[in-house]
This record gives sequence, structure tokens and C-alpha cells, in this order.
Amino acid sequence: MLAEADRFRLLQHHRLFPLIPLAVIIVVLPLLFPSAYYYRVAALVFIFAIAALGLNLLMGFAGQVSLGHAGFMGVGAYAVAIGPSRLGIAPLLAFALGAACSAVLAFVVGRPILRLKGHYLAVATLGFGVLLTIVFTNEAKWTGGPDGMPVQQIIIINWTVHRIGTWYWILAASFLLSAVIALNLIDSPTGRALRAIHDSERAARVLGIEVAQKKLAVFVISAVYASVAGSFFALINGYVTPDASSFLRSIELVAMVVLGGMGSIVGSVVGSAVLVILPQALTVFHEYEHAILGLTLMAVMIFLRRGIVPSLSAALGGTYK
Amino acid sequence: MDYDSGFRLVNSLVSSSNGLAHQVGVLFDRRRAPAAMAEFLQFTFSGLTVGAVYALVAVGFTLIYNASDVVNFAQGEFVMLGGMVTVFLGYAGVPMPLAAAIAVLITTAVGLALYRLGIAPAHDASTVTMIIITIGASIFLRGVAEIIFDKRFHSLPALFGSDPIRVGGASILPQSVVVLASALLIVCLLCAFIDRTLYGKAVIATSANRMAATLVGINTRTIVGACFAISAAIGAVAGVLVTPITLTSYNVGTLLALKGFAAVMLGGIGNAMGAVVGGVLLGLFEAFAAGYLSASYKDAVAFVVILAVLFAMPQGLVGKTTVERV
Repeated sequence: MLAEADRFRLLQHHRLFPLIPLAVIIVVLPLLFPSAYYYRVAALVFIFAIAALGLNLLMGFAGQVSLGHAGFMGVGAYAVAIGPSRLGIAPLLAFALGAACSAVLAFVVGRPILRLKGHYLAVATLGFGVLLTIVFTNEAKWTGGPDGMPVQQIIIINWTVHRIGTWYWILAASFLLSAVIALNLIDSPTGRALRAIHDSERAARVLGIEVAQKKLAVFVISAVYASVAGSFFALINGYVTPDASSFLRSIELVAMVVLGGMGSIVGSVVGSAVLVILPQALTVFHEYEHAILGLTLMAVMIFLRRGIVPSLSAALGGTYK
Repeated sequence: MDYDSGFRLVNSLVSSSNGLAHQVGVLFDRRRAPAAMAEFLQFTFSGLTVGAVYALVAVGFTLIYNASDVVNFAQGEFVMLGGMVTVFLGYAGVPMPLAAAIAVLITTAVGLALYRLGIAPAHDASTVTMIIITIGASIFLRGVAEIIFDKRFHSLPALFGSDPIRVGGASILPQSVVVLASALLIVCLLCAFIDRTLYGKAVIATSANRMAATLVGINTRTIVGACFAISAAIGAVAGVLVTPITLTSYNVGTLLALKGFAAVMLGGIGNAMGAVVGGVLLGLFEAFAAGYLSASYKDAVAFVVILAVLFAMPQGLVGKTTVERV
């Protein structure tokens, strides 16, 4: 018979343990929200947390950087915009099609891109992302050009999802689901292979790991995460512009991952919370927003290089990931 | 966001200037050279001018990369600062040459500060961390420029007026010639500095092997700092020179940095001559793509080129295979 403390320790080491406090926070938060505005900010945090989570799988676990992931957000966003209005596809189907398109696109470009390393990988992914933005900006017939286009609301059997409160729960559930998938992936043979690749590709290959195949797999998964986030982003805004896929957006995603802590699932939420809430809190100093954002990025990278969650965890002597 | 509106504005400006030159060329050619030839010349000149600026940005990139292994995404902000500070000092009544000199000095100081406050404290960080630091610096400098200056586009008077010179049916702005000549001069001066002076040798030693350079008594911190300063100064000069042609604004830096980076990749990272060639080639590719294919996809050229080069040669044009210690 296990003692109470031992049982807690076992639970603590379960891979899904980090999600328990998160789930509690998600349930308690709405009780503290004074207005719809807070629901919206929280919804944005979940959206970016999903994208950051996917990117974290790629960066934190497989050790491959992408400076163009917002491109996949753009694919997801334009899928839910173009599908229903231009092609007459049901919004939910368009959502799934967007994710499928991102997966195919990632599969096609991933093979040559992921052969690259370091700066080369960074600049190739960056170029890919910017190219997608240029396409979204120029193909005005489909995308509405630089001004963007409206997005139809999702209808599930005569029930239109429009209240931001409803979105809060949908997004919270989607976020938790993507976190469960990510945590399961990390704890699978693929996850262990990815970490081996992170440490040394050559050593991983010697161990019999199919490096190219595993890297491609995680790239495709992270693209789908970004695409799903992009679709949600377009849906709650009711509008999409090429900004959804801009270079700055890609940088924001990378910053979220690094700020929260590479390889930390909870870190991705913390990172996106900081970078979503910071500009909202700074609207009073609207003029200073960019200066402060830039300064924050630099300061965190210099003084808190491992990211917020791992640094805090180390300071508290815990093993919390 | 602002980045992209910047893209579009610069884009439309460049393509409209191409279009105007094109029309002038066509009117002119009825009487002289065949239109196709004049058009070709026109695109070549505008490509060379833009290419010279990309080359200067790329040379700045390379200098910093060689000395410190840092890819400096704030390189475009140096160009922006050079132009914007000159413009606003000019508005304050400072004579143009003095304003330009002060702008270059201020930008140099900013470059030095970037190294001392941003790069040096994080010297042992990973590639990604360094990239984010310089991107943070780029966003910060843009943000500060937005506060101190404004969000509008500004121009400077051209050095020798703006009456176009006509060559073989094409019309060239005198300022384009100034840009080309200055870019050539700057690259030659830089080469002379690197090859002929003791400090230049110290730069080579530092980029070859930092530890060994320290062991033979080179203060590598000073050398790397100097490289940041020189690189910033080159960027600022490019900014002052090109503003009369392309205009400047607080957000022109990002796209310039990305294109400069593309030029570096085209020429092979870490190779100064490659950077110059890459910059000029990229400028020409863009001008021809804008002229003959599609003006709206002009900005895509740089990125298609990067991807094509990297896919064909995963180590870069002049990259060498390295042995990895497991």
C-alpha cells in the first residue's frame, strides 16, 4: 500500500501533471473577469499558446528553429476566410482543410528546409514565411489584398458561436487538448528521438534514429498547431489581414517559446500570456509599445536566457516542467 | 502591421519610379535607341543603385558576422537611423553636410552601444538567443525612432540636383551615380583597412579564432566593438545617400535587413566580396523581375533566391563541410 506522500509523488511525475494547475486556473479565471474584454485577452492567450506549443515541440525538443511559423498561421486564417465565402465550404470543414493544407505544405517544404542548420535554417524558414505573406498580400482576388477580408462565423447545427465567453471555453478546451497531445508526443519514442536529435544529430543517427523523418514529422505537427491557432485567430477577430502571417508575428511566436522556456509546455502558456498581455497593458503608453517590446526581448534573452518557467523552477529547486 | 505597410510603401515607391522612368524612356526612345534596349538599361541602372545599398548592408552584416558569429538583424536600423537623423537635424536648421556627419556619428555610437549592452553580456548564448537579441534591438530602435521622429516618409535633397542624366535612352538620377560611387569607395576603403592595417589584421585574427587572437595579445572585445561601430557607420552612410532616391521612414530597416541577409546568403555567409556581389546581383534580379515579370512580386525575388540557393547548396554558396564533435 502506497503512503499518501508516495502516491502524490507518483502523480507529480505523471506526464500530464503540469496541466492540473493550468486546468484549475482556466476554470477559476472567468470568476474573476469583470468584463468581456478580459475573456477576449484570455482567448488570445490560448490561441497563441497553441501556436507556441507547436513551435516549442520543434524548437525546444527537436532543436530546430523556425522564423516563419506565422506563415502557417496565415494558411489557417485564410482557410476559414476563403473556404466559406469564396468556395462555399462549411466553416468547420474549411478549418480542417486549412490544417490539412498546412500539413501538406510543411511536408513539401520541410524536407529541403530541415536539411539546413543554424543561420541557414533560420533564414530559410524566414524566407518561406515572408513569401507566404507576400502571396497573401498580392493575391487580392482571393485574399482581399493588404486590407484583408471578413471571416464568416462558425455555425454548429443552427448555433452560431459568437459570444466571446463561449469562445473562451472552446479555446481553453482546444488548448488543453493540444497540450495533452504535445505531452504524450514528448513521452513517446518519437519524443525521445527528437531530444536525441537536439543533443546531436550525428549521435542520434548512429543510434538508428531516422533523423530526417523525425524532424519532418515534428515540423508537420508544429505547422498544424500554428494553422489551428491561425484559424481560431481569424474566427474570433471575424477578419483576417496579411498581418496574421507577418515576419513580426513569427518573431512573436519564437519570442513566446523562448521567453516561457524552450522545452517547457507550461512555459509556452506563460510566454504567450506575457506577450499578449504586455501590449494590452501598455496601451496607455501606446507610443512606447515597440520600444518596450524590443527592450523586453533583449533583457529576457540576456538575463533570463533559459526562459521564465525553467529559471523559476530551478530557483525553487523543483523539477516542474 | 507597420512592417508590412513599410514593405508596401517602399515597394510602390520603387515600382512607381521604375514605371515613370519607363515612360520617360519610351517617350525618349521613339527618337533614338530602340525601346527594348533603353528599358533594359533603365532596369540595370535602378537595379545597380538598389543593389549597391543591399551590398552595403550585406558588407555590414558580414563584418559583424565574421568578428562575432552574430547575425545582426538590426543592420537595417543603422540605415534608417542614418537617413532619419540627417532629415530631422536638417529640419532643425543644421547644414546638410554637418547633419549627415552627426547622423553617422550617432549611428556609430548606437552600433557600439548595441555591442556593449546587448551582444557582449550574452556572448556565450546560442544562435537562436543571439538572433532574438538583435531582433529585439531592431524592434527597440524602430520604436525609439517612432517616438523621437514620426511615422511619415521623409526625403533629403539630392547632392547634385534631380535632373536625370540620359544615357542610351535611359534616364539616371545623379544621386544614383553618387550611391554607386560611394558604395565602391566604401568597399575599397574597408578592404584596404582589413588588408593593410594592423587593426585590420586583428579583425582577421579575431574572426579566424577568437581564443588564439586573445592569446597573441589582441583585445578581441575592442575589435568586435569596432566592427559593430564600423558596420553601423557604413549602414548610416548608405542611409544618408539613398534617402533622396528611396525616401526613408522609421520602419524601412526591417526589409533592408532581410534583403541584406538574402544578399549575404547569395554570396556565401562570411565572405565580404561575396556580400558585395550578392547585393548587386539581388538588386539586378529585383529590378528585372519588377520590370519584366510583376512589380507586386518584386519583394519575393530576394526570398525565392535565398530558398533556391539554400535548397541547391545546403551549406551556402561557399560553405564548407565541417566535422561535428559528438
